[in-house]
Amino acid sequence: MLRFFHQLGSPKHFYRIAGSWIPWLAAACAVLMLYGLYQGMVVAPTDYQQGDSYRIMFIHVPSAWMSLFIYVVMAAAGAIGLIWHMKLAEVIAISSAPIGASFTFLALITGSIWGKPMWGTWWVWDARLTSELILLFLYLGVMALYGAIDDKRTAARATAILAIVGVVNIPIIHYSVEWWNTLHQGPTVTKFGAPSIDIRMLIPLLVMAVAFKLFYVLVVLMRARLEVLERERNARWVRELVEAS
Amino acid sequence: MKAARKKRLYLILLIVTGVGVAAALALNAFNQNLMFFYSPSEVSAGKAPSAYPFRLGGLVTDGSVKRLANGLTTRFDVTDMDKTVSIEYTGILPDLFREGQGIVAHGKLRADGVFVADEVLAKHDEKYMPPEVAAALKASHDKGVAEAARESGS
Repeated sequence: MLRFFHQLGSPKHFYRIAGSWIPWLAAACAVLMLYGLYQGMVVAPTDYQQGDSYRIMFIHVPSAWMSLFIYVVMAAAGAIGLIWHMKLAEVIAISSAPIGASFTFLALITGSIWGKPMWGTWWVWDARLTSELILLFLYLGVMALYGAIDDKRTAARATAILAIVGVVNIPIIHYSVEWWNTLHQGPTVTKFGAPSIDIRMLIPLLVMAVAFKLFYVLVVLMRARLEVLERERNARWVRELVEAS
Repeated sequence: MKAARKKRLYLILLIVTGVGVAAALALNAFNQNLMFFYSPSEVSAGKAPSAYPFRLGGLVTDGSVKRLANGLTTRFDVTDMDKTVSIEYTGILPDLFREGQGIVAHGKLRADGVFVADEVLAKHDEKYMPPEVAAALKASHDKGVAEAARESGS
């Protein structure tokens, strides 16, 4: 077991092992996402107040969860890279940034589309929406900073510090609806006590959440493999790999 | 763990704690500015600004929604179950606007204490359920209320 993790830390073995996982992840993700979408869009009952409009939740909520989850993963990987100088952690951290930014963007856009018919506005500057927008800027900042520094290892260290500092925003986003009055409603699933959502709506939501997690793992592994190849382009195993193909 | 690694770990923990404390102090200082709306109690207590527009949020009181004689202006009360403020709004209300629903209105207080809104947004709650479940819940609630009333009456 320990040897497996040790191997995973070396770029060469990571490239091989991740490559063998990708088809399985892709298949599982596709199955879950199709099942979740079908259950959410067709099978789940309409809402007593919002009718069918609430169904955008099956995209909006998992996206918003992922935007927070990926940020924490990115910051944790960045910290591991800083402390133990582990190259693979740096690669995972920087590969996560564009995926997290995409999920944040998706959460903001679907929220806006949901907000117009329900609240009567595309956007308000309440604490939840504003802190989520700051999260998008943090992701973009991490990506820009990484791109601005030529030496990849220096760049990885600088972005890791930015990512770690930005972690303070994560609890702010999560608790914003409890600490302050906001137009955004309070938590439904992640609160103390039973979720205030019908079980036939909750199951597709959780299925979609798992599908989105798998999607993230899939894409981050694909991006990380590419990043590893680029960084190790002068290593012998990469040259052998290229010559063999 | 090697000394150098330990040092870096402590340094990162120090950064996180420092930034966390700074953010907590800043958010605490700006607490009132981060509130999206004032509650009817705060307005009644005179905590809301009278000179410039602000937002007021609360539940629309049952039976309070009326159209004024000009046919365009709606007048209703919002409450936080403690104090109540009347709102006048001219324009189209959002679909979710109904009695018992949470709303957030933007506007100014008039001298007579009526809040004149130029925008009304509906706030929806965190509950999601099919209509038949909502109907069943309401029926059992009404039954419970009726029983309680009968018991206290007898």
